[in-house]
Amino acid sequence: TMAATKTSKEQRYDRQLRLWGDHGQEALENAHVCLINATATGTETLKNLVLPGIGAFTIVDGHTVSGEDVGNNFFLSSSSIGKNPDKLLDNDPEFFHRFTLVIGVQLPESTCLRLGSVLWSASVPFLVCKTYGLIGYMRLVVKEHTVIESHPDNALEDLRLDQPFAELKSHIQSYDLESMEKKDHSHTPWIIIVAKYLEKWLSEHNSQPPKNYKEKEAFRQLIRQGILKNDNDVPEDEENFEEAVKNVNTALNPTKIPTAVEDLINSEQCSNITSQSASFWVMLRAIKEFIQSEGNGSLPVRGTIPDMIADSQKFINLQNVYREKAMQDAAAVSKHVECILQSVGKVSCKNASFLRVVCCRSLAEEYSVDSVNKDEITSYMDSPDSEMVLYLMLRAVDRFYQQHSRYPGVYNYQVEEDISKLKLCVNSLLQEYSLNVNIKDDYIHEFCRYGAAEPHTVAAFLGGSAAQEVIKIISHQFVPFNNTFIYNAMSQTSATFQL
Amino acid sequence: MADAVEPEKKRRRIEDLTEKMAVDGGHRDGACDWDGRWNHVKKFLERPGPFTHPDFEPSTESLQFLLETCKILVIGAGGLGCELLKNLALSGFRLIHVVDMDTIDLSNLNRQFLFRPKDVGRPKAEVAADFINSRIPGCKVVPHFNKIQDFDESFYRQFHIIVCGLDSIIARRWMNGMLISLLSYEDGVLDPSSIIPLIDGGTEGFKGNARVILPGMTACIDCTLELYPPQINFPMCTIASMPRLPEHCIEYSRLLLWPKEKPFGETALDGDNPEHIQWVFERAQERAAEFNITGVTYRLTQGVVKRIIPAVASTNAVIAAACATEVFKIASSAYIPLNNYLVFNDVDGLYTYTFEAERKDNCSACSQVPQDLQFPPSAKLQEVLEYLTENSSLQMKSPAITTTLEGKNKTLYLQSVKSIEERTRPNLCKTLKELGLSDGQELAVADVTTPQTVLFKLNFTT
Repeated sequence: TMAATKTSKEQRYDRQLRLWGDHGQEALENAHVCLINATATGTETLKNLVLPGIGAFTIVDGHTVSGEDVGNNFFLSSSSIGKNPDKLLDNDPEFFHRFTLVIGVQLPESTCLRLGSVLWSASVPFLVCKTYGLIGYMRLVVKEHTVIESHPDNALEDLRLDQPFAELKSHIQSYDLESMEKKDHSHTPWIIIVAKYLEKWLSEHNSQPPKNYKEKEAFRQLIRQGILKNDNDVPEDEENFEEAVKNVNTALNPTKIPTAVEDLINSEQCSNITSQSASFWVMLRAIKEFIQSEGNGSLPVRGTIPDMIADSQKFINLQNVYREKAMQDAAAVSKHVECILQSVGKVSCKNASFLRVVCCRSLAEEYSVDSVNKDEITSYMDSPDSEMVLYLMLRAVDRFYQQHSRYPGVYNYQVEEDISKLKLCVNSLLQEYSLNVNIKDDYIHEFCRYGAAEPHTVAAFLGGSAAQEVIKIISHQFVPFNNTFIYNAMSQTSATFQL
Repeated sequence: MADAVEPEKKRRRIEDLTEKMAVDGGHRDGACDWDGRWNHVKKFLERPGPFTHPDFEPSTESLQFLLETCKILVIGAGGLGCELLKNLALSGFRLIHVVDMDTIDLSNLNRQFLFRPKDVGRPKAEVAADFINSRIPGCKVVPHFNKIQDFDESFYRQFHIIVCGLDSIIARRWMNGMLISLLSYEDGVLDPSSIIPLIDGGTEGFKGNARVILPGMTACIDCTLELYPPQINFPMCTIASMPRLPEHCIEYSRLLLWPKEKPFGETALDGDNPEHIQWVFERAQERAAEFNITGVTYRLTQGVVKRIIPAVASTNAVIAAACATEVFKIASSAYIPLNNYLVFNDVDGLYTYTFEAERKDNCSACSQVPQDLQFPPSAKLQEVLEYLTENSSLQMKSPAITTTLEGKNKTLYLQSVKSIEERTRPNLCKTLKELGLSDGQELAVADVTTPQTVLFKLNFTT
């Protein structure tokens, strides 16, 4: 039955629904990804997409299975299209337009660039993955990826104590700490306590809030003095006041629009809304207009407060003050959306501070001599063992393949003699891009040693990493990397570069 | 689009290849191996390189060691365990044992890929072993549907490397303690051949870590206990009279209403029973309505009752891969192993951090130094008990304290056996002096977090 299937799916996917919600799951189940090359890296990535419930996948792989493939690949059979991607690019590049995202695994440079160009024009996100010996490589190519739910790990609270809105002000005013009985006094939320003592401070300090460490300490002391004392003048045990003291820094965080959001608001996409604009930009524009009117320079109130010691009623009442304000602000934003779109849209603003956009440069830009990111490369290469050297070696190895139609060191007898050949490729690469960096011979030797091996554990690491980035792109939740990821299994380190 | 002939040819070719293999299980040296099978692995065992371990010598024998001799123990056949078994099998390891006390649940299937819906209810270790043994010819995984505590030193001693994919800190500490107990010292010098490396992996949502522990040499689990802060439970007074969050309402229903109302007779609350969860959920909703608290859902209820930790396939894949890479490095001496702790987080981009966790000089598990207990003689035994459980470096669960008085072994307090608990409970209110303990007295403490008792030395303060 439908109900039974729904329940069994909810149970099956329970552990991940708690991370990306039902709407994230729905996006995943409506997606259709294309995997090019079912190597170990490819199938591991695919497994990590099939397990969470990806809607559909298509494999494009023109290779025949060899003995060593069966040796490192958990999946012996698959339903695959027995064509190779180069032929498809020749005859039917629009084949790739139907996909939510394309994953290209172990692709030679030329195929990669051709595919990159087709997908860029079609605005289909492209994830390039490569396992080469003990090195893992990922490159994300997406023109403009919007993230409404970034789920940041450590977000600042949105308490507005530096500029309390009217309802918060009057709620704070409804408290009179001095006349309270102990029970109420000890169960007053710390937000109220800090607000009250902040009022006191401001009146005594020319409306200037505590700014430096010394002043904040004095402010903490002021709060501590508010702790009730018993008949023997000994301070009572008031945990809520302790919380207030502990949270002074949090409370005094000025209400500010995060730089990332500020940049988005000032961006071109936000200024030029057309009928083609994605809803993300329409919402952002509405938020901008809100900031300039009802918001008085601030974002819509988020509406959540952290848990704190208080009795139920005081806590819930305070929470509701923030919640109702947030709903009010969301309604105001909705009106702006309405005006912009001339249609009604349901809007949740609690993520306003966490909006993010990821724009990756195209492969063409990365590879072109005119636009190569020389600064990024040379500055990282100041440390000659930085993961950047591994990126350059992968580029050199691609060059080797172009010249010799094979990778270096695949057979034992080739290892020694390929070292000098690979070195020539390294030098020509550095020269072509005018990169004044030094690559140690050890790395050239090591990459010959790898012989284009794809050891399973490195493929598996990359498979897990890649799958999650794909899920981020599909669900528009959590923030994808931008744009080059290198994993070094020798040192168990990694780095992300923007190339 | 699909060329109907090609997939058929490919399928037949795979069948041909499979037929050439010995499929009757067991490892008939070399007979399972088709041409090129270990090409990817061999490049790291048979070729010299500039970054290899100083002890590394390229040789064709290393592969034989992995295939025929090297014995690996995998603890856990869940999210990490399934990945580990696959990774090890595809890296050349054939002699693998796996221990897991659990059976398969539907909610495991979003990441524990060796299991299918038809396997629900069966022991994880057994199903996992079956799958790997059928899929990877020559691999011989031996399952143990057991708790780790079911085995003693004689079992653990047989392995070259042990790799953990556990979901419990207590179990980790126990395993850690077991390997430390296997160490032998001669004239105070550690015998390296008694060291069994422990690779430990852990994941939670989008975060994970992998670490390499050389017992007796590098930081052990207990050396870095502060990295695992104790689980926070809500205060009882909040739950009982001042709820603010939907979680408080759920705990009220679970901790207070269930024992009082006994809705299913004498049965204990079973988090896996949907009827039980439904009951807790409905009572929690009522409680929430009383206080105008919103947010109680069935999913939240289940999450709180079962202390569910969110989990996805990707994080487990990454951490298990890193762990398996380390197993390979150590078994083959191909590269210097991770020294010694890797942290991973892919909430925002992909973030890794690698550092060397330091040994604690007075670690209660691996330092061999008797632990110091500083209390005045007027302190009650209860205070000592609280110290043992609440101190962040000890974090014991239900310590049993014994000592020697007048030549005889005396149990001061033990919680886990009802009759002994009742008999020794009065001791908790007695002072250390009243109990006859003297300055410098040695106390032996047993706990689930360690297979061996921990020795403490009482130091009277004034």
